Amino acid sequence: MPEVFASSLEEVQETVRAHPRLRPKGGGSKPALSSPQEGETLLNLSGLRGILEYAPEEFVFTAYAGTPLKEIEETLRTHGQYLPFHPPLVEQGATLGGTVAAGLSGPMRERFGGLRDFILGVRFVDGEGRAVRGGGKVVKNAAGFPFHRLMVGSLGALGVMVELSFKVFPYPRATRTLRVGLAKRAEALAALEHLRTLPLDLLALDLVPPATLEIRLGGFPESLEKRVQRLQSLLQREGEVLREDEAHWEGVRNLAFLKESPIWVKVPSRLDLIPMLEGLPLGPRRYLAGGELLYAGLDPEGLRALRERAIPHLVLKGEAQQALYPPPPEAFFAPIKRALDPKGRFPLG
Amino acid sequence: MGFLEELRTLFPPGRLLTKEAELAPYESDALTAYRKRPLAVALPERKEEVVEAVRLCYRHGVPFVARGSGTSLSGGSLPVEGGLVLALNRMNRILRLDPKARMAVVEPGVVNLEVSRRAAPFGLYYAPDPSSQPISTLGGNVAFNSGGAHCLKYGMTAGHVLALEVVTPKGEVVRLGGESLEGVGPDLHGFFVGTEGLLGVALEITLRLLPKPEAYHTLLAAYGSLEAAGNAVSQVIRSGLLPGAMEIMDRLAIEAAEAAVKAGYPQVEALLIVELEGPKEEVEEEAKLLAQVIQESGATEVRIAQSEAERQAIWKGRKAAFSAVGRLSPDYLVQDGVVPRSRLGEALREIRRLSQAYGLRVANVFHAGDGNLHPLVLYDGKKPGELERAEELAGEILKLCVRLGGSLTGEHGIGVEKKGYMPKMFAPEDLLAMERVKEALDPKGLANRGKVLPDHGQSPHQGGLKTDLGELYA
Ligand SMILES: Cc1cc2nc3c(=O)[nH]c(=O)nc-3n(C[C@H](O)[C@H](O)[C@H](O)COP(=O)(O)OP(=O)(O)OC[C@H]3O[C@@H](n4cnc5c(N)ncnc54)[C@H](O)[C@@H]3O)c2cc1C
Ligand SMILES: Cc1cc2nc3c(=O)[nH]c(=O)nc-3n(C[C@H](O)[C@H](O)[C@H](O)COP(=O)(O)OP(=O)(O)OC[C@H]3O[C@@H](n4cnc5c(N)ncnc54)[C@H](O)[C@@H]3O)c2cc1C
Repeated sequence: MPEVFASSLEEVQETVRAHPRLRPKGGGSKPALSSPQEGETLLNLSGLRGILEYAPEEFVFTAYAGTPLKEIEETLRTHGQYLPFHPPLVEQGATLGGTVAAGLSGPMRERFGGLRDFILGVRFVDGEGRAVRGGGKVVKNAAGFPFHRLMVGSLGALGVMVELSFKVFPYPRATRTLRVGLAKRAEALAALEHLRTLPLDLLALDLVPPATLEIRLGGFPESLEKRVQRLQSLLQREGEVLREDEAHWEGVRNLAFLKESPIWVKVPSRLDLIPMLEGLPLGPRRYLAGGELLYAGLDPEGLRALRERAIPHLVLKGEAQQALYPPPPEAFFAPIKRALDPKGRFPLG
Repeated sequence: MGFLEELRTLFPPGRLLTKEAELAPYESDALTAYRKRPLAVALPERKEEVVEAVRLCYRHGVPFVARGSGTSLSGGSLPVEGGLVLALNRMNRILRLDPKARMAVVEPGVVNLEVSRRAAPFGLYYAPDPSSQPISTLGGNVAFNSGGAHCLKYGMTAGHVLALEVVTPKGEVVRLGGESLEGVGPDLHGFFVGTEGLLGVALEITLRLLPKPEAYHTLLAAYGSLEAAGNAVSQVIRSGLLPGAMEIMDRLAIEAAEAAVKAGYPQVEALLIVELEGPKEEVEEEAKLLAQVIQESGATEVRIAQSEAERQAIWKGRKAAFSAVGRLSPDYLVQDGVVPRSRLGEALREIRRLSQAYGLRVANVFHAGDGNLHPLVLYDGKKPGELERAEELAGEILKLCVRLGGSLTGEHGIGVEKKGYMPKMFAPEDLLAMERVKEALDPKGLANRGKVLPDHGQSPHQGGLKTDLGELYA
């Protein structure tokens, strides 16, 4: 398999112009997406790394797309800040570009929103080798077409991301996690539904099938005890309170619970779909963000079941004929693809 | 059959306007310095009518502009000469409101505030709150990626739109996004938001709703200078607080607001409003820290709203500031540039200098937490040359924002007003990419023709906005 390395904007441009078919790869933590297919050259971006600008007071940073998230998060931490969408697979080497291209958010997306809510700007190389900028480097901006949002979930189909700008927030001073086991799924779902409509500012609200809720709170240490008690009385359960909860949630966001599964998928979920999803032959799994996001481990039968029910999903790891299902809507996507990648150098059609 | 005859078969007489007097109200948006006469205005009531009208436009090569309430301040809903205006106000039904799913599906002509009003009994609300929320529509909000006082914490419209049904300029109907907060594949609905009607018309919009914050803590602080208020904002951020809103008004804006709505504001050089929101225990703790920060920031007077009525009084003046400034001057241009928060002081000093140099008053009301300025350039359109001078001054402010690392617009869009300045912010290749996407989706260039993308300096206004395109394309 041919592989080329590019570690600067110019090198990405040259590479794009020189190769008829390319598959960008950040760190490779989503191998179903970043492994080249027949006829594709692998464009390895792991050398395109480093933080370019970071002004903690602005809540904004700009970094090269191949920068490992781990590096970014360590830098943010020293200023008490974080990426509120809590990207997955950080431990496995996920990069900023790969995370945007795959469109992945983790459990703490519950509090302030997902990846799409925090991306501010992008510089990418289109299919003709041109460098294009979209968005900006300030927390608010409405000028021009928002190419940065187009990159979210784009799977490298519309351009190779070189630089990305993000909004960040202050990390909560303290956190607590309440784990509550309920008797039955229906009861857990009812509790989940209730909590979602209340102004509790939860950092994370996960359902671990069949009937356990894991709820994370963040804020001032002085207020957290009272907020935990309020949750306990709302749920009429003592549950289990984790005071040192960091390691636990790192495991969750790195999808440790999928470890043994041959196939990893992301499924956009919804509260009302959970009973149906729970009827499918899925392996280890967890519903994040109030039930809106499912990460599941599967075997080929589970993947077939998702297909047969026409449930949208993205395969992150493992054998799949088609990692993205369904394909993006032709009438809107195809013209954009044609405009940015007229020679069809990149994935997706 | 000609275009108009075919349109007549689509719309009954009362819903197709073609007479001069009927067209007049649609000749401009809230930026009244620009006017254009459309060929006709259609008032669709169902999305099928919009789709048919767009298809008709495509067949006949007639340009069209979607219009909500026409509150755009950048000429975004200005008609195209000889084109069709699709006025969507009558498509104002909330099709579904599902509190359990925290979601609402609306027609594009629904007014922003109406969504929150309808969601209120369930303890929910729609977060993006442009000051125009009592009149602006969600279609307009989507097209402009509108914002408001709460953007720093909650983001702009794009973050609150889950799905869109759109008719492309070629007349194809597509669904973008889904009903979950998460999706797979390219974020096409996210991309549509903010494209100012250049890529099609939104027919149906799925919105996410949020639980209404439990507690608010609203503080009004007075300062002896605009810089001091600006520095206070940086201090708040540095303390690790994340307020729901941080707004600043300068003396001129305070005077105007006071004259209009008697909010009881102190008459000082600058006022800062900070609002914390969240669970009551959390807000209590945050308020203690905020009190300390504000005290250290040198505020000359501090008021804290003790009741919802007092909170509303504080906000009333702020929300009325734009229209109130209308009392100080026959006309004004609202600018909407953004600068990095740490450069606010520098930007405001330079704006003051420019104001003196041009001999025009500038009032400042702005979303300080976002670095989003709203300088209001006051002028008298009846005085020869004054509009042109105001436009020139506004242009200087825009260039200043870009120079400081910011943006031409935080929420009001580029429209026609700022398109001449796009090359200041974007390189030729960036603009080319936008043009190529536009052309691929709209090969005949019909949807909101002449907006956003600079087209060699043709300004709709006779005086002409100063553009720097010669420089760029030379
Ligand atoms: C369970 C597991 C454990 C692992 N453990 C380790 C480990 O301990 N050590 C180690 O070194 N590696 C490990 N790996 C491999 C490793 O994770 C990766 O090499 C890699 O981290 C991360 O790639 P990525 O997340 O950035 O996205 P990728 O998987 O590289 O890419 C995801 C998607 O994004 C696209 N893309 C990526 N970058 C861009 C860009 N700039 N522009 C446009 N599109 C782009 C790709 O084409 C693809 O569609 C592990 C992998 C797994 C699955
Ligand atoms: C007093 C005042 C205060 C304001 N305050 C704010 C503020 O705080 N924040 C802010 O962001 N804005 C503000 N604005 C600007 C304006 O209200 C917003 O831009 C608003 O979103 C416009 O909505 P509208 O329904 O009036 O749209 P219009 O002005 O009718 O149209 C705006 C744009 O949207 C397009 N459009 C309309 N409907 C559709 C559709 N269905 N599909 C595709 N395109 C469509 C139009 O073609 C046009 O380009 C303010 C305006 C005024 C007058």
